[in-house]
Amino acid sequence: MACPEEIIDYMHDYLDEEISSEKERLLKEHLASCEDCRNYLYELKKAVSFVKVPLDLKVSSDFTHRVMASLPQEDKKKKRIKGWMMGHPVLSAAALFIVLISGAILTSWNQGNDFSVNRQSNLVVQNHTVIVPEGKTVKGDILVRNGDIKIEGKVQGDVTVINGNRYLASAGSVTGEIKEIDQAFEWLWYKIKTGVQGVSNFLTTNNGK
Amino acid sequence: MEVLIKEKIKQVLKGNQNAYSYIVEEYKEKVFYLCYRMIGNRHEAEDLAQEAFVKAYVNIKSFNLNMKFSTWIYRIATNLCIDRMRKKKPDYYLDAEIAGTDGLDMYSQIASDTESPEDEVESMEMQDTIQNEISKLPEKYRSVIILKYIEDLSLKEISDTLDLPVNTVKTRIHRGREALRLQLRHL
Repeated sequence: MACPEEIIDYMHDYLDEEISSEKERLLKEHLASCEDCRNYLYELKKAVSFVKVPLDLKVSSDFTHRVMASLPQEDKKKKRIKGWMMGHPVLSAAALFIVLISGAILTSWNQGNDFSVNRQSNLVVQNHTVIVPEGKTVKGDILVRNGDIKIEGKVQGDVTVINGNRYLASAGSVTGEIKEIDQAFEWLWYKIKTGVQGVSNFLTTNNGK
Repeated sequence: MEVLIKEKIKQVLKGNQNAYSYIVEEYKEKVFYLCYRMIGNRHEAEDLAQEAFVKAYVNIKSFNLNMKFSTWIYRIATNLCIDRMRKKKPDYYLDAEIAGTDGLDMYSQIASDTESPEDEVESMEMQDTIQNEISKLPEKYRSVIILKYIEDLSLKEISDTLDLPVNTVKTRIHRGREALRLQLRHL
């Protein structure tokens, strides 16, 4: 073939439908005068049309079903929860907060099933009863868990009884508050209140400085 | 249709797994044809097409919603097919031509007692011949030819799918077409 080399490139550009009108004109002129090149282009077109013959194959009818069955399943649950949380960020944060806080406080309440009392001088402990003996003075707050307290002497501070009773003898006196806490809810409330008080005390002392 | 597909993808991203079945239904034939032309075996092609859909689902978060889903699933399928071809080079299939026998394949080595009607044989033979010729193309020409002529993608779309420069795609199509011309001219 004594044809210009670029003619074949033009054929490909033509088949890609990316030929400039100038090149197309050159190609057509050449084809009109060259049988070999006409044949060459015909063979290219024929090859393409063979490749384009549609397949008479069908995918199995359960194709989609099988794909869906092989998708990872645990992803599904995770994504649904995640999707909900992303849709309700404030609610999620609030729920998480409540779960964590009540969890922490309730464990500290449950841990206190045993009898306990904070250490103060002049306190006498008999079985599950804490006694402030007659004529003695306890300086500071008293916190009794799962036990009773009998106050026959003086307490200079608050007395708190959790899951227990307090008996105040006529001679006994308490300068601070006396509280009895019986239920988990009150315990929660007490924790929150002391927490807030602690924070405000901290703030006021800091401001004082 | 692209808009509808995007909507379904957003639902999948929100955790609605069932929305994915719509996407599979929409693209299953095309992905299957792509795999079949790449690999030349029906059962393997179906396995690969399914694998491609599962892989696309698992990685759906990395799908760029500005892209066409077809580009993405074709890329996954093409890569899976190329991997499979590289792994299984020395492998024999019943419909693979036996060297030096000019058109005889393993099916003709097995005595068959069910005769298919003449014209069906003819069209089957034609399909097989075309498939054989496509299978002879080196993989880099094969993938561009399939995307161009079986999936009807533009040069730009092929370039996006295979992550190749448009000019490389063009050259490969030209060479692939040359190879096919030589293989199919006597038909």
